[in-house]
Amino acid sequence: MTAQQATASAAPGALPPLQEHFDATIARDQRIEPRDWMPDGYRSTLIRQIAQHAHSEIIGMQPEGEWITRAPSLRRKAILFAKVQDEAGHGLYLYSAAETLGADRADLTERLIEGRQKYSSIFNYPTPTFADVGVIGWFVDGAAICNQVPLCRSSYGPYARAMVRICKEESFHQRQGYELLMTMMSGTDAQREMVQDAVNRWWWPSLMMFGPPDDNSPNSAASMAWKIKRHSNDELRRRFVDMTVPQAEKLGVTLPDPELRRNEESGRHDFGTPDWSELMRVIKGDGPCNAQRVERRRTAHEEGAWVREAAAAHAARQAARTEKGTAA
Amino acid sequence: MSDDHLYMTLAEGHEDDTRWAYGTGFEDPLHGVDTTVPEDVDAAELAALCAALGDDALVGAQRLAEWTTRAPELEEEVALANIGLDLLGQARLLYARCGRTDGTGRGEDAYAYFRDPGEFRNVTLAELPNGDFAFSMARLLVLSSWRLHHLDGLTASPDPVLRAVAAKGVKELTYHRRYAAEWVVRLGDGTEESHRRMRAGIEQVAPYLEELFGAFDARAEVLADLRQVLDAAGLELPATAPAAAGPGREGRHTEHLAPLLQELQSVARAHPEATW
Repeated sequence: MTAQQATASAAPGALPPLQEHFDATIARDQRIEPRDWMPDGYRSTLIRQIAQHAHSEIIGMQPEGEWITRAPSLRRKAILFAKVQDEAGHGLYLYSAAETLGADRADLTERLIEGRQKYSSIFNYPTPTFADVGVIGWFVDGAAICNQVPLCRSSYGPYARAMVRICKEESFHQRQGYELLMTMMSGTDAQREMVQDAVNRWWWPSLMMFGPPDDNSPNSAASMAWKIKRHSNDELRRRFVDMTVPQAEKLGVTLPDPELRRNEESGRHDFGTPDWSELMRVIKGDGPCNAQRVERRRTAHEEGAWVREAAAAHAARQAARTEKGTAA
Repeated sequence: MSDDHLYMTLAEGHEDDTRWAYGTGFEDPLHGVDTTVPEDVDAAELAALCAALGDDALVGAQRLAEWTTRAPELEEEVALANIGLDLLGQARLLYARCGRTDGTGRGEDAYAYFRDPGEFRNVTLAELPNGDFAFSMARLLVLSSWRLHHLDGLTASPDPVLRAVAAKGVKELTYHRRYAAEWVVRLGDGTEESHRRMRAGIEQVAPYLEELFGAFDARAEVLADLRQVLDAAGLELPATAPAAAGPGREGRHTEHLAPLLQELQSVARAHPEATW
């Protein structure tokens, strides 16, 4: 037993040195690793955040996944198929990161399909046209990158490392989405209308991806102090707007906000206020597609139960056979 | 952090756009390849073979894409998409080869999106609906085994392009066959329910074997593969009468191909003037 383990198993009075070590690690901007001591609140906050992120990747496969079978060229079909596959991969890394904190993937999945854990509200909006695939790439992946690039410096090592890989892939997806829109804008009038319509529908929900305004964000303070989170919701939202405006101009679409204008003084953009009551409705389960998204995940999980049970039974039998072989 | 703004360059022009992301620069799948048909090759025959193998791959990829968000486990989401993407890549190469050899100069999308069901030459097993995971794995095993032996033979084709496509496909199909075989064994050896479903899956696939052997005779090799896998799974290949459907190679299909193509082609046909 190491000195540290001894300390951990000693009386509660012996804990402060561990807390001190943890605080010092955070203060030095070093990483907390799975076997390090950490406060319960830090652990549970991370599990909640990483699980929500994992759930978002998995539920986020659905709105675009609908279009793989209908993508209008083989090249777009391959790109979209690969993108949705990447999202499944991201979900896998993130569930693994949550497992390093003692969570269990099967349990987290149960929480998702029972509605006890959330996922990003953006995936509760429908995708009526193929232009939505491009706009999701541009806005939703763009907003996700804004949120996630700072998480590559998250204080929790496995999460930070997963985010590095995820951000690289998300930036591919964003460029692919934008490239699709560029191509569509150079096509027919119907295609251009389709792009503008999708921009109109996704703009405000995308701004809501950064969460409620700072003065109404209950979990932010602790996460900032622990360096799980690095920037406030409002700051990230503003960064996203600043980045997207010139891209929209280049593309030739109008962002649907009459209050949007460049602030000459700050060099940044002023913009309107999203309808926060809509965000609250969607988070509470009243978005256009909440029920269908969770239902699809539940159906896949339940219909796959016999397959998972069979795999487990086969593995157990194989292990028994190996043991028997070794014993003999 | 320096890469906080790594995507600020999004709206700028990119000289290297053909390379920056998977698939997006893939305008011409045979770019840079000498596509001259060798003198001793019958171009019409080569074109027909490429179209048929391309159709098998496209229809197979479409069925695998239907599993997306419906697979029993996340690892299977990733694996089924991998296999679907491999087949889609094969279809694109084969259609491109077809366009250069059938005298029409058509691009890959003309074959996928602007032909009617009667013009498709895929084997009918590929077009059957997914059924449950056991049926899908039984079908994947049979189709992968058959296609693997078919493409393996084509690695000696007198056409250098088809030879290269086949060599790439053999590597991919070796993985597909292994993946499907592992699941057939797991399900056959798993629980009572999975054994029952796996047996039913094999029974549903078996009647379509004759059609495959009629299109390319790899009977001995495929039956040897199946025997080995089914033996490990505690299952048997039933003796069944051949299915009444097909053969797909003559353009005769089940009622399942038309709706599959209707979905696949819906957006492309709604906007025939569009560029994507």
